[in-house]
Amino acid sequence: MKKRVISTLLITAMAVNALAGWGKSSGSETAEALDSGEGSVINVYSWNDEFRERLEAVYPEVKETSSDGTVTTLNDGTEIHWIINPNQDGVYQQKLDEALLRQADAAADDKVDIFLSETDYVNKYTDAAADVAMPLTDLGIDPDTDLADQYSFTKVTASDENGVQRGSTWQCCPGLLVYRRDIANEVFGTDDPEAVAEKVKDWDTMKATAGELKAKGYFTFSSYADTFRLYGNSIAQSWVSPGESVIKVDQKIMDWISDSKEWLDAGYLDKNIKGQWNDDWNKAMASNSKVFAFLFPAWGIDFTLKKNWDGENGVWAVTNPPQEYNWGGSYVHACAGTDNPQHVKDIILAVTADKDNLLKISKDYLDFTNTQSGMQEAAADDSGYASEFLGGQNAFSYFAPVAENIQIAPLSAYDQGCVERIQNSFNDYFQGIVNLDKAKDNFETAVTERYPDITEIQWPE
Amino acid sequence: MRQKSKKIDYAKWGYFFIIPFFASFFIFSFLPLVDTIRYSFFEYYRSGIKEIGPNFVGLQNYISLLESDMLKYAGNTLILWLIGFVPQIVIALVLAEWFVDARLKIHGLQFFKVVIYLPNLIMASAFAMLFFTMFSTNGPINGILMSFGWIKEPVDFLGTVLGTRSLIGLMNFLMWFGNTTIMLMAAIMGISPDIFEAAELDGCTSVQRFFHITLPLIRPILAYTLITSIIGGLQMFDVPQILTNGQGNPDRTSMTLIMFLNSHLKSKNYGMAGALSVYLFIVSGILCFIVYRMTNNEDMNGAKVTKKAKKERKG
Repeated sequence: MKKRVISTLLITAMAVNALAGWGKSSGSETAEALDSGEGSVINVYSWNDEFRERLEAVYPEVKETSSDGTVTTLNDGTEIHWIINPNQDGVYQQKLDEALLRQADAAADDKVDIFLSETDYVNKYTDAAADVAMPLTDLGIDPDTDLADQYSFTKVTASDENGVQRGSTWQCCPGLLVYRRDIANEVFGTDDPEAVAEKVKDWDTMKATAGELKAKGYFTFSSYADTFRLYGNSIAQSWVSPGESVIKVDQKIMDWISDSKEWLDAGYLDKNIKGQWNDDWNKAMASNSKVFAFLFPAWGIDFTLKKNWDGENGVWAVTNPPQEYNWGGSYVHACAGTDNPQHVKDIILAVTADKDNLLKISKDYLDFTNTQSGMQEAAADDSGYASEFLGGQNAFSYFAPVAENIQIAPLSAYDQGCVERIQNSFNDYFQGIVNLDKAKDNFETAVTERYPDITEIQWPE
Repeated sequence: MRQKSKKIDYAKWGYFFIIPFFASFFIFSFLPLVDTIRYSFFEYYRSGIKEIGPNFVGLQNYISLLESDMLKYAGNTLILWLIGFVPQIVIALVLAEWFVDARLKIHGLQFFKVVIYLPNLIMASAFAMLFFTMFSTNGPINGILMSFGWIKEPVDFLGTVLGTRSLIGLMNFLMWFGNTTIMLMAAIMGISPDIFEAAELDGCTSVQRFFHITLPLIRPILAYTLITSIIGGLQMFDVPQILTNGQGNPDRTSMTLIMFLNSHLKSKNYGMAGALSVYLFIVSGILCFIVYRMTNNEDMNGAKVTKKAKKERKG
């Protein structure tokens, strides 16, 4: 009997607690809504804390972030809730898609307000028919005036098929060639970036240089996937044209396949490194590796190369790549149905359009930021933007001209799956396990599994 | 009469106590099962964030599955299962025979039983991760082989069909041979010691004893092990999925049926995945039926024998 009394008491206590908690939160919501007409919670979907760090650094309204990094409180009491899911294996997109499908029925404070996307799949979310990312003009941002200083290709990337811009980014990802000075000294007798740039100025020269490196026992790049972005991001037509269900493999991709095979067979690439983002690839950036160079944008140098490098600073240097290219980029979108449009607008403007803020991000995080005039200043300011990791080199002076020349490849919602699967399917071909036709078949099988609506795959002839 | 009605009926409590199981089974297993079968007749997937369907397409999913490489993946699954199962059953039989042999007097039997069972306790995905790292081209196995001077160039284990399949087989073998050993030990211990003693008196060698006494007498358990292992093998995916990053490399030769199913779920293709599940369901169902017949046959024969005996006694 006694036990029963106690348990009843406990249950009642719990229920009261729960009800009280619920009552409290709903109470504060109404109060907040009366104040500003805005919801009290801003939900942000992202795959890492990159955006949070940058927001904390530049958004003046930020008051504090909880120690576990899940909630940031703004000065007016509004809370930003960070919903982080890893990008790997499409987990982030899966979670985001589920939330977006629930968006219409969700309670005001559970609605997605801001979400991020990467260049590889930005097109999926800026699609006009899907209408999940709000046009910036609906928020009160005029891309022509407010975002005039941004690089124009970032604006094109974040626009739907009708040219309506539905997202904005703080970063811009022109890529460079990052090379080892010690290897350059040994093989070419000089480590001067200008001299090395001359050695890698186009693909033909690059191939001759690769032969020199090979003679001394070095690999030019680590894996066949390293060069993919130079080809894949300069395709003439998108993987899938709007409104069609046919994958058209671009001639550039076929060039990448034949060049990679040739390079791998010639021993210019390390046969043991299959693709990127794996352990072998990471180890190729360590001091005992025989790999001469990597092709990286700013984030690659800061997040990937620096992390895997175990030697002293100043061994790596940057120079112009054989071809201008762009790799990556995180776009910020206002989610359709947000209950905090004013905050969302302020955040997007503060993080992606304010030149001073962007320059601060460049200084603190070495991001190449989305401000044309700012980046030109940075390129000229060798003392202010010298990188310790690159031995005092000002990488911005190399990034800026590349950024000016970037022609962004036409995108489609199918890009990520196509890129992943073409690299995977042709790995067997590069390694000599299957012939070209079998590799094509395997790509067709894999890609139609991933995208059931694809009816045909056309190869260039 | 009145006394009878006063009797307390305990039966209803029995039903009462099994309600939670049936309720949760109905909600979490039965309804999804019915739904899976229903969706297998529909075109229903997600393209980007747009949902396509559900549109009724009849048997289209089943037909296009048959036209796809499904049978090839079924073959892969079978091969991968065989590579693991053959050594597993052989080693398990030998170990079980040694462990129960009283004359061998193995010390620390309990310890060995625990040790051989241990790999089964590790999560398959963690095990696969471990092997992936160990056998990578820059991994410790290549390092050891090279420092001994046995090989000059690192061996690309995961880049060859033989290497990948052998590793998957090896892992499945390591994970399951302990389990099988313990099961077979129980089976062997169930044989009456009288038979072994009689055989010994007749001058039976241990090889003869194994092949002519032990093996025939544990056949029902062996068959049971075989069938349950086939059903487990049909659902094999965690080890190859992690080892090959879900791609079934090289050349899709280590792609199993469930990995094939998973790749449909990447695009939320409930229709196709449902149809594949139904195929698997039918195959597993047939296998289960065989097990059921096998385990029940004994009893039926026994029952028949006693009936016969009764009749004879009557007569």
